Amino acid sequence: MCESCGCGNVKVSVKGGRKLKIPAGYHVHEDGSMHAHHDGAAATHHHHDGKHHSHEHGDLHHEHHEAGRRRVVELEKKILEKNDIAAEQNRGLFLKRRIAVVNIISSPGSGKTMLLEKTLDRLKGRIPCAVITGDVQTDNDARRLKGRGAKVHQIETLSSCHLNAQQISKSLKDVIDSKTRILFIENVGNLVCPAAFDLGEDFKIALLSVPEGEDKPVKYPVIFSSAKLVIITKTDLLPHLECDVRKMRRYIRQINPGVFIFELSAKTGEGMDAWIDYLEKLIE
Amino acid sequence: MHELALATSLVEQITSVMKYEGATKLHAVTVSIGKFSGIEKDALEFAFPLAADRTPAAGAKLKVKVSDMKLKCKACGRKTVAEMPLAKCGKCGSLDVEVTDGKEFIIKSMEIE
Repeated sequence: MCESCGCGNVKVSVKGGRKLKIPAGYHVHEDGSMHAHHDGAAATHHHHDGKHHSHEHGDLHHEHHEAGRRRVVELEKKILEKNDIAAEQNRGLFLKRRIAVVNIISSPGSGKTMLLEKTLDRLKGRIPCAVITGDVQTDNDARRLKGRGAKVHQIETLSSCHLNAQQISKSLKDVIDSKTRILFIENVGNLVCPAAFDLGEDFKIALLSVPEGEDKPVKYPVIFSSAKLVIITKTDLLPHLECDVRKMRRYIRQINPGVFIFELSAKTGEGMDAWIDYLEKLIE
Repeated sequence: MHELALATSLVEQITSVMKYEGATKLHAVTVSIGKFSGIEKDALEFAFPLAADRTPAAGAKLKVKVSDMKLKCKACGRKTVAEMPLAKCGKCGSLDVEVTDGKEFIIKSMEIE
């Protein structure tokens, strides 16, 4: 058990099976988080050789008793910890400023930008919006979205296939002001990678256009399962395709039974009223 | 291919633990990835040596454990292993389930010197 905070979830073993107690003053908790005592309080700990001594916790280097010794350290350390911390900071800021934030994810070409263009046009002058849009290269999307009443910021990720929470933190000063009520984050077009990165959003929205095929939700289950809302787009193309929307909805519900599903065509405006109404209710 | 970005984060976390432990060499690292994390084992194994190059993690062996996706059924209360990609209780067949495990991406252990 940790002698500083009393938590009992510290596991460290040395190769050969001997157990050590708290080698370096950090702890692993059941939720996978890890913490160090940086309070400077003196704490006693035990060494494998049976000696006890006191030292200042918060000292990051512990060469004095372990360096040079081959050993196994057991941890539950989150690998995307830095991203998750930045995401929580973003979330705190959004909550404080009462901004609803959605992270929009889909394949390239599913109609994210077109949907946002039409959405901004409909909300212009009524609900102050902001957009952060991510692409591997070019600011084409930002140019398409400007002049529609919202502040727009383009992130060019260069080689990266997703947005991360730190990129969002850095962009916020350019798009958010005291009036902003909704922030749309248009993620890089990709159904796989963006699902792994929390940006601090309230929830994720997955877009699926009808030409993509009915079974895409089961082919890329992670994103469709983690989205709170799925928008089936480009429904104006249905007369020209063999896509069965009922089948598509069944596939979506198969991996995410309780999800909201909208069907719309941003181009013709069909189905847009329900989506706009949803956004208005979101910030009520 | 976001596994290179993930491998870079992995190397950053390894480096911070090594610094903390006063270690200079990493022999092996064991990582657990959930079946539902969206992370591909092979791609991560491919990317890790590239991300580790010229860092204290260079040359280390990466062991990847893939953990199951588990569901808790809100109807019958039981916990079952999900058969991808169906989010359905393995006992009673209810669709009213919550994903409890299978999204993690964590370092389980490190062999250091």
